[in-house]
Amino acid sequence: MQWRWEWTWELLPRFLDATGKTLMAAGGGYAIAVVLGLVLVLAQRTPFRPLTVVVRELVEFIRSTPLLLQVFFVFYVGPQFGINLSPWTSGLIAIGLHYGAYLSEVYRGGIESVPKGQWEAATAINMSTVQTYRRLIIPQALPPAISGMGNYLVGIFKDTPMLSVIGVAELMHTANAVGAQSYRYLEPYTMVGILFLAISLPTAFFITRFEQWVRRKMGM
Amino acid sequence: MSYLEFLQAHGPRMLDGALITLVQFVLATVVSVGIALAFGLMRLSPNRAVKGFATVYVEIFRGTSLLVQLFWIFFVLPLFGITMDKFTAGFIAVGLNMGAYGAELVRGAILAVPKGQWEAAKAINMTPAQRMRRIILPQAFVIMLPPWGNLVIEILKGTALVALISVTDLMFQARQINISTFLSVQTFGTALILYYVFARFCVTPFMRSFERKMAFKIGRA
Amino acid sequence: MTEDMSQYPLQLEGDNIPMVRFQNVRKSYGALTVLDNLNLDIDMGEMVTIIGPSGSGKTTVLRMLMTLETINGGVIYVDGEPLTHMEKNGVLVPASPAHIRRIRSKIGMCFQHFNLFPHMTALQNCIEGPVQVLGMPRKKAEARSLELLDMVGMADKRDQYPSRLSGGQQQRVAIARALAMRPKVMLFDEVTSALDPEVIGEVTNVIRKLVDAHSLTMLMVTHQMGFAKDISDRVCFFFNGAIEEQAAPSELFENPQRERTQQFLNAVLEAN
Repeated sequence: MQWRWEWTWELLPRFLDATGKTLMAAGGGYAIAVVLGLVLVLAQRTPFRPLTVVVRELVEFIRSTPLLLQVFFVFYVGPQFGINLSPWTSGLIAIGLHYGAYLSEVYRGGIESVPKGQWEAATAINMSTVQTYRRLIIPQALPPAISGMGNYLVGIFKDTPMLSVIGVAELMHTANAVGAQSYRYLEPYTMVGILFLAISLPTAFFITRFEQWVRRKMGM
Repeated sequence: MSYLEFLQAHGPRMLDGALITLVQFVLATVVSVGIALAFGLMRLSPNRAVKGFATVYVEIFRGTSLLVQLFWIFFVLPLFGITMDKFTAGFIAVGLNMGAYGAELVRGAILAVPKGQWEAAKAINMTPAQRMRRIILPQAFVIMLPPWGNLVIEILKGTALVALISVTDLMFQARQINISTFLSVQTFGTALILYYVFARFCVTPFMRSFERKMAFKIGRA
Repeated sequence: MTEDMSQYPLQLEGDNIPMVRFQNVRKSYGALTVLDNLNLDIDMGEMVTIIGPSGSGKTTVLRMLMTLETINGGVIYVDGEPLTHMEKNGVLVPASPAHIRRIRSKIGMCFQHFNLFPHMTALQNCIEGPVQVLGMPRKKAEARSLELLDMVGMADKRDQYPSRLSGGQQQRVAIARALAMRPKVMLFDEVTSALDPEVIGEVTNVIRKLVDAHSLTMLMVTHQMGFAKDISDRVCFFFNGAIEEQAAPSELFENPQRERTQQFLNAVLEAN
């Protein structure tokens, strides 16, 4: 089996374009997840017990079922009720929901790592709950959460190929299309793999550096 | 069509798929554990070539998507003369991928065993192999079991991708039923619940009790 | 900077060879010199105690002898043979792992934090080395280990895991574990430092027993000045990576010659 370089160069612009879409999907999904994760973790910290129990179980549910199935669910359930979501919209919702559940666990770990004495000190200077979170808890919970948040940023990027199944034209979708047209799979799938490596390895590296920088900055 | 009728009509097919998912899950877990142990130990080798090889493996499998790896193994490897049927390619791909993550758990757990344990083993004059086998690995095993509990769930979820190379697992059957009935809520909802029940009420409790048993056996409880 | 190895004998000869000899031993971490040109002989059956301020290199001496630290210069001899080196074509070269293991079998060590194997009971901790390393039959190893556990007063706790034992009890098991390997030299590295004051006595009493038996050569690092004074044949005061003064305990404690020794002893006495 010969690697065809000419064909590779021919395909490259199309793949780079698809890489852009992949990054958009990852970025959009992550933006949803970051916010949703916060909602999910705060809901679990309210004193209203039924809400905390239901949200807790919802997070478990999302985390223990396959993303691929969730993508199909979100995409196909709408039409049954007359709501048509585009592949992009349903893809972003599914991936944002999935990683929102993961991020809520990261936030929870961060919040729980703040010593109990900090809450007591906040009470002692008569801070409100909102003030306590904003001024004391979140700044301290963030540094330990960075590595988890970074891991899931890379994770969401690597999971975007699952959106190809509902027709989001990202990298995997492009490779499948090229493969189906030409009956050659070596170049398209290898290129996808290399493009993924080329993005995820440096990202993981910078996340580690960023984490170290934040820790130094905060004197930890 | 009520949900009960739906289950009567399509339930058996879903259960057939679930059985395939179960088998894929077990086989992928076995592959993962083997890969994780081998590459986790190699990552700690003083030999640069061995260590480098293991690092490249781990970075490649963790740096790209499982789906890409699965398609590569199924569509591209045959071009190099390595042909697997879809069923084998499925659990092998999931196992190779998750094994890379597991290798990091093995490595981390070994490094987490206190330094004093290595020194005490040296002070009774054990060989490096004896130290690893008799003193370090048993303790590392208990340390890494909780994160393996999470990884095992990831393996289960990862097996859903094998549907995309037409292994007739639960995911695959759900898609087929959806195509013929258009009852998406019922179809995908049932599949979601099956995955959830298996993960939350079978796999996780099993791992937890395994953790407790091992911790007890090792004198920590 | 290579050292001229021909100045070191291939093995020690004569009537009165020391059990342990440090000859021109140097140890540094990068630019930081921990031990500078250490020369120290320990005779067979002798109990030598090392005292000194923290950071003076006391513990490093023990750890080098146990080969937990590599040395940067000089040679350590045990029982007349080089430990850190071996003979090749008539000169000493750095020792192979096999050579180190052969010589190291003569040395046992107890640690500040005990380092018992948490996944093994007291008895299993003691028989692990004899069975796995020495290849002793399990029955025999158990019988011997039970005697040793009895000697340290831990026979009734033989089936307990370390997590169920107090610090003093763990340290006594650790002593039995080290003795089970039949070492000729025993090293005690601050074995009472991590213990609550009320259980220190149960560990020091075991060490006293060993001293009274006169069969072992011992090297100990401790902060317990009274204990050191009681049981040592010789006390070495370490300062800044070198031996500042060494003498019999009665002399060193009653009549220290060097100013730094006096300052150290005064400071310790005041703290108590």
